[in-house]
Amino acid sequence: MSNLTLTTLEGVPGREIVEHYGLVQGSTIRAKHVGKDILAGFKNIVGGELKGYTELLQESRKESIERMVMQAEQLGANAVVNIRFATSSIAPGAAELFAYGTAVRVK
Amino acid sequence: MELLVPLILIGVGFFVGRHFEAKHYASIRDREKKTLHVPMMNFGAKQDLPYAHDAQLFVGSVVVANDYFKTISAGLRNLVGGRVVVYESLVDRGRREALLRMKEEAIEWGASQIVNVRFETSSIGGKSRDQGLSAVEIMAYGTAIR
Repeated sequence: MSNLTLTTLEGVPGREIVEHYGLVQGSTIRAKHVGKDILAGFKNIVGGELKGYTELLQESRKESIERMVMQAEQLGANAVVNIRFATSSIAPGAAELFAYGTAVRVK
Repeated sequence: MELLVPLILIGVGFFVGRHFEAKHYASIRDREKKTLHVPMMNFGAKQDLPYAHDAQLFVGSVVVANDYFKTISAGLRNLVGGRVVVYESLVDRGRREALLRMKEEAIEWGASQIVNVRFETSSIGGKSRDQGLSAVEIMAYGTAIR
């Protein structure tokens, strides 16, 4: 993980924004795993957390943040502010996780 | 015989699902009490940023499935419309769990406050009839400051 500061705020607390680089984004599309899906089918009888899916979600979230951070680094930013996540289902069995924010330089 | 299998599934879903839900709610309430000392708040654009040395993004996520009894009763509810109470507890559980996961991670890091918390919810599966899987994935994210 790089040393960029990521926040959901308008800025970075205690720092001052000196330059804006605009929007940066990262996204991943993930599909369900067949083995996990069978287990999930069983879980649908008794309900509760689907641990396999939670892990999948966490992995793809990390991946999309990394892609966003990579873009920000290329622009020369040292922080990404106002980060938001969005999800959408592309097709049955595939879902997109999308992270976006504003790349800035703070001091 | 053909009627028996769904009935058993509904029964299992009702009793086992209710048991798990009660257990989960007990754990949620317990952990909420333990993490109560760290305030969470959302700021508007015109407000000054809180003073802090350090800020970091934290995310908590969870995917919860509903049980067979809930699926069937929600299906019946679809015929007449109205509030689907069985799903409300499912989503509520998921949100609180995701929020707690974020909060616990932030507290471990040493957060004194969590600001600008946002939620993101989406349903996975259940698109085609034969699969029948229905679950919601919930993410809670916010900035922890210390």
